[in-house]
Amino acid sequence: MFLTTLTDLSRLQFALTAMFHWIFVPLTIGLGFIIAIMETYYVRSGKDFWKRTVKFWMNVFAVNFAIGIATGIILEFQFGTNWSNYAWFVGDIFGAPLAIEGIIAFFMESTFFAIMFFGWNKVSKNAHLTSTWLVALGTAISAYWILVANAWMQYPAGMEFNPDTARNEMVNFWAVATSPVAVNKFLHTILNAFVLGAVVVVGISAWYLKKKREEEFSRKSIKIAAIFGLVSILLLIYTGDGSAYHVAQKQPMKLAAMEGLYDGQNGTQLVAIGILNNKKFKALRDNDSLGFELEKPYVFQISVPKALSLLGYRDVNAFVPGINDIIKGGYKYKDSTGNYVTAQSLEEKILSGRIAINALASYNKAKNAGDEDGASASKKDLQENFKNFGYGYLKESKDIVPNVPLVFYSFRIMVLLGGYFLLFFILTLWLEQKEKIGRCKWYQNLAIISIPLVYICSQAGWIVAEVGRQPWTIQDLLPVQASVSGVSSSAVLTTVILFFVLFSVLLTAEISILLKVIKKGPASN
Amino acid sequence: MTLGKTLWVIILIKLFIMFFILKVFFFRDELRVYDNEQEKQQHIIHELTLEKR
Repeated sequence: MFLTTLTDLSRLQFALTAMFHWIFVPLTIGLGFIIAIMETYYVRSGKDFWKRTVKFWMNVFAVNFAIGIATGIILEFQFGTNWSNYAWFVGDIFGAPLAIEGIIAFFMESTFFAIMFFGWNKVSKNAHLTSTWLVALGTAISAYWILVANAWMQYPAGMEFNPDTARNEMVNFWAVATSPVAVNKFLHTILNAFVLGAVVVVGISAWYLKKKREEEFSRKSIKIAAIFGLVSILLLIYTGDGSAYHVAQKQPMKLAAMEGLYDGQNGTQLVAIGILNNKKFKALRDNDSLGFELEKPYVFQISVPKALSLLGYRDVNAFVPGINDIIKGGYKYKDSTGNYVTAQSLEEKILSGRIAINALASYNKAKNAGDEDGASASKKDLQENFKNFGYGYLKESKDIVPNVPLVFYSFRIMVLLGGYFLLFFILTLWLEQKEKIGRCKWYQNLAIISIPLVYICSQAGWIVAEVGRQPWTIQDLLPVQASVSGVSSSAVLTTVILFFVLFSVLLTAEISILLKVIKKGPASN
Repeated sequence: MTLGKTLWVIILIKLFIMFFILKVFFFRDELRVYDNEQEKQQHIIHELTLEKR
């Protein structure tokens, strides 16, 4: 039955919390920067119009900040209770970025947040503007350290496993902090937040235009947000290309799931639009090898020839491994040192992983018994096979394959909506330039509808990133089933229900308070 | 109630629920039962090397 295991329930609990947290974070980041730009206009021009405009958007920011604040801390509670094996195993690799985030970024945000909201008549204009920019930068720095931790799970670097403590220990801080996956992930995520903030500002302003209220406020807000959004979405698309490249190099199974690619080839096509044949994936999950062999991967597809090879490997004829290839191994790929090596089969990796796990057990036993030779031999086995440690917990082919339909469709939703927002910002600026934006009813409705769409786009991106990396909590080193604590399923189910209720109440509060603030409008400032 | 007061009330209620209900009753540290690092390490090694996994 669906969601009966402890692992499934723990994943549901974590996913629910993370997705809820991510409703608030991107608006805080995106809106923070837009407010800082608007306040810069105020300080430069000295016009009260801009002060009133900034104060209104600050109210929207405050509601979102107040409801969303600390929702991420629940994720940290879960590490200690539900994911204690994982939390211990990652050691200081995860602890260091989170500590830096807490000490520097969070305190910086909180301190200057107080000046930003309560310091209008208490500090100079320039000091206030500096505080507003520091709040915006603080949100970005916070995001950076959280994403460093997330990127390390997708691409572990800069650490060594210590079998004495069963912990990964950081040996190179900069390799963790500036890993190419972390840097690209940060840029992609923060630009996504900028786009989301811009769409929300345009959407709310369009509502005023529809109601024939606050025309100057709305048009100027739209203009700033649309320029900010257009620049952000162009850079977002560029970093999206970087994400695809890193996924191809470091997480080939995720790329295969994103494309519904079962059998790889040289010069692989990119599926632009498609419908998957779910029977293929079901046959894989049911261990129906004949059905899996016979079923075609797609019901329907429109593809761009060779585009996946080009995007993933910068070579139109490059071989892109599919799900079957990754399971069977035997294909050539470039490893982290730049040399071409032959991919191991899943069977070989599972065997190697089991040697590593057994070596850890025997090392611990030998060490406790004072058997130095035995400990030394086991440690050597562990080190030689550690890169496959996590595979030792897997049993069969299906264990290594994420939910292909969920990843495939989420990826397309994200990309299609991303393309839509590019056109949306161009259209917005064109209508504004032609001075038609105040009369164009269909555009105003489109801008309002775009608010939920941008949230769907953002959440879909995280589904691709997080569901696509399953079964791993730490790529190749620890799967989810080995990461969970031995707590009871019923306790986890209880918290899932509690969270659902709590989050629903908070979200309802956010929406209803925001609607009141919007209905009052900037005139109330 | 003003916007500011409403938000403060929500923040305080939320933090109370998070730290005094959720954390205390539902999210206790799994490894709290062990007295020292050594015992925690042994527990994790045991968990990671369990046959059933």
